[in-house]
Amino acid sequence: MKFQGTLGDTHQDGKAGGQGRTAPPTIQAALRTETGKGWLTISPPLLYAFLLLIGPILVIFANSFWTQDYLTIDRTFTLANYKAALSEPIYRDLLLRSLQVSVSVSIVTVVLAFPVAWFVSFRGGRYKGLWLFIITVPFWSGYLLRILSWKVILGYNGVINTGLLHLGIISEPLDTLLYNTTAVIITLAHSWAAFAILPLFVSLEKIDRTLLEAAADLGDGPVRRFMRITLPLAMPGIIAALMIVMIPTVGDYVTPKLVGGKDGVMIANAIQVQFGKAANWPLGAALAVSTMVIVAVVSGAMVLLLLGFRRLMK
Amino acid sequence: MTNETMIGITDVEKHYGSFRALGPVSAEIAAGEFFSLLGPSGCGKTTLLRLIGGFDDPTSGAIMISGMSMAGLPPNKRPTNMVFQSYAIFPHLNVAENVAYGLKRMRLGREEESRRVDAALAQVELTGLGPRMGDQLSGGQRQRVALARALVMRPKVLLLDEPLSALDKKLREQMQVELRHLQRQIGITFVLVTHDQYEALGMSDRIAVMFAGRIAQIASPREIYQNPASRQVADFLGGMNFMTCRDFRTQGAEYSALLPGLGTIAGKLDNGRGIDPDNATIGIRPERLRIVWDGETADPKIVGKVIDRHYYGEITNLLVSIEGQENPVSVVETNDFGADDIPVGSSITLTHDRDAFVVMEG
Amino acid sequence: MRRSAIARNLLAFYVTVYVAILYFPVLLLPVFSFNSSATPKLPLTGFSFKWYESLATNSTMHSAAWNSLIVGISAAVLSTILGICAARAMTRYRFRGKGIATGLIMAPLVLPEIIIAISLLVVLLGLGLELSLMTVILGHLLICVPYSITVLVSGFEGFDPNMEAASRDLGETAWGTLTRITLPMLMPSIISSLLVTFTISLDEFILAFFLSGTEPTLPVYIWGQLRFAAKLPNVLALGSIMIAASLVMLTAAEIIRRRAEKKMGTGRQAEAQ
Repeated sequence: MKFQGTLGDTHQDGKAGGQGRTAPPTIQAALRTETGKGWLTISPPLLYAFLLLIGPILVIFANSFWTQDYLTIDRTFTLANYKAALSEPIYRDLLLRSLQVSVSVSIVTVVLAFPVAWFVSFRGGRYKGLWLFIITVPFWSGYLLRILSWKVILGYNGVINTGLLHLGIISEPLDTLLYNTTAVIITLAHSWAAFAILPLFVSLEKIDRTLLEAAADLGDGPVRRFMRITLPLAMPGIIAALMIVMIPTVGDYVTPKLVGGKDGVMIANAIQVQFGKAANWPLGAALAVSTMVIVAVVSGAMVLLLLGFRRLMK
Repeated sequence: MTNETMIGITDVEKHYGSFRALGPVSAEIAAGEFFSLLGPSGCGKTTLLRLIGGFDDPTSGAIMISGMSMAGLPPNKRPTNMVFQSYAIFPHLNVAENVAYGLKRMRLGREEESRRVDAALAQVELTGLGPRMGDQLSGGQRQRVALARALVMRPKVLLLDEPLSALDKKLREQMQVELRHLQRQIGITFVLVTHDQYEALGMSDRIAVMFAGRIAQIASPREIYQNPASRQVADFLGGMNFMTCRDFRTQGAEYSALLPGLGTIAGKLDNGRGIDPDNATIGIRPERLRIVWDGETADPKIVGKVIDRHYYGEITNLLVSIEGQENPVSVVETNDFGADDIPVGSSITLTHDRDAFVVMEG
Repeated sequence: MRRSAIARNLLAFYVTVYVAILYFPVLLLPVFSFNSSATPKLPLTGFSFKWYESLATNSTMHSAAWNSLIVGISAAVLSTILGICAARAMTRYRFRGKGIATGLIMAPLVLPEIIIAISLLVVLLGLGLELSLMTVILGHLLICVPYSITVLVSGFEGFDPNMEAASRDLGETAWGTLTRITLPMLMPSIISSLLVTFTISLDEFILAFFLSGTEPTLPVYIWGQLRFAAKLPNVLALGSIMIAASLVMLTAAEIIRRRAEKKMGTGRQAEAQ
């Protein structure tokens, strides 16, 4: 056996030393690095997202600063569409109502879903997976049909009214069930339940159970444990659940159309009209952009509020 | 073992972004050698193994195997095969199909293929287990399948990434013996990554001890244990008493030093490794300190006081404080003379051989 | 102790009611689809197959179903292919910008569908493309890919990356490793992804509504029928069939996924020891 130690340089001959010492700066070499392989692998779906999502959204954004005269688009920069979107009472009211509906829906959904997520995470035992499956299945089947079903349930001649009439509890049908904001909120809260439960469940699962035992050991009862440990640690999940419900619902189209009636119309219906019958793309684009910006701002405010609340809990 | 070089590693470095995970390291591994990379987790030993196997490319430096540059060669083009820490047994294939996986590409013909598979399974004592599915094996069996699957490829170099760490203690010790035996029998180069000092000491021809991406010492197990190059190496392999020392001098290959409470010692600096007198430590292994029993004569005699005692079955570890030494020394004594009966607090006399001390960097 | 027992029972009761309400609207449609009355109201008037029978001869509905099938299969296959790329990059490589790239691909999950729909509409029309089933598929891919990724990521996480390394080590090429190791091991997740994305496409309305031109998919067809009160029982029957189909596919996907997980689980347990 020979002792070479760190003096392996003796072996060096120019040929071997030169090769592979530093990879030549070719594209091939770049693709052999982990970063290169990563980008190469993710590029097909990423390219797709760029071409069919990011690109089109930028186009819509650009459109919102243009004007349309019948079929021709005038590409001179103008803020007129935003002025209309934000100052004309009809659009302003629709924006406000959409916002109010989506905020209410997200809060109602998360408050109602939280105990269920807690139950599955803390009491689910071996059946956690099965519980999650049971809860997510209705979400994955029949978006349109679910809303239709609520119309059937809440309608003037619907299941609730005819049921109650049949049982003799009421003498004539209630007309306050359908075609209002409440009906929209109920339907949306039902539609998005599973979406709220998943992030809540994930954040509850991440809570190390010994933390709760430690809190109990230090003298906290169940309520205090929940308020001081579970709730603050579940906050990321709560925030995610609120956002994941609020942002998509602000632009819901079918629900207001089917169960909202005149009082339940939301901004998506106005946007659709601009891209359909009214054929004013730029105004529709401005409405869409305004909606997104406003919902982003409200989300941001909500996150800050909840984070402040969490600090208070300590 | 021949002295021909199988693997040449020259100034190899591996960076992840701005983090240098490895290097620069250089080493030569001889053909037929059982070579171990030993170090704590995160020292770069697995990184180096993966560079040899071709699973990563070095940021700079060269790796030669059997005289050929490995630059840019993917794992499937290298004369190496790997036994993974997790074994990576394909769960959708049975044992025989796992072992035959790499042979399939060689198009050997069915007979030759199954002959080789059977031979490989026999080699690892798994004869008859061929039809068992990959996901129905015990830990020990998985390890053997991984070994057979790699050996059947007849590699020049077998790479083993902590192959025994997933096994329980008894099985691990048994497999250490078997692996060493297998390596002698086949005669190819084994490169083993481990964090277990006993595994490395017991199996290897030579060991490279690594810390923080660098090789601290390459030597035979005995050399590394008896003559560690640095305080860090000594500390990682077994216990070492680091002595308070005054007046350390070197002259040529000789040194002398005054150890308070033990007197002046002198000896040779081994292996011609130079040492910087301002950065030297003197140490002694706990088992090289011996208890002087009543009536025994000994020279030198060191007086101390037992301050703690730990019983380990066949041995006892005594902590002895010596006047003038900052730290108590640890003494390991077999129990056949009654070291386990020495009461804490009693006075004790120790002695050692003249050449028992080690001079290290650090 | 008694108080906590009451709280526990109360919670169990709440969860039961919650799940019941979750399913109530979904199960209500099949109930009325077998009711002989032409309007869905209580009390039920009697059992009948007639609404299903009239579906059998409805050729407009048949062509819509055919359209849905074409769109669903295309969207499922293509989104699963794109999903495999994304899930692989997300689970196997660390690289700068991964978070942003992933965020962009997953974004359709949280964007209002109407925004995606009108953006696509404007661009596709701007490019001079005719609205067709093709444009619906393009739109559905956007929302199917994120779900496909979610399913496939857990598939990739379920198996040891060293399996692929071992295959390369044993002399197999990158392509050979893909076909002999990666795809067979991923197969349960791939099937699961195909079923889930097909269900989502089958169910999707908004994008199809904006992008489908003259060839409606089933939800678009249903939407059109809603204007006619007399057609409601037929719609309920059709909807019930669609819900049943979705349920079967989702359950199949779940069973396949779980069985694979259990199988991998035994392998990983041995590793963990």
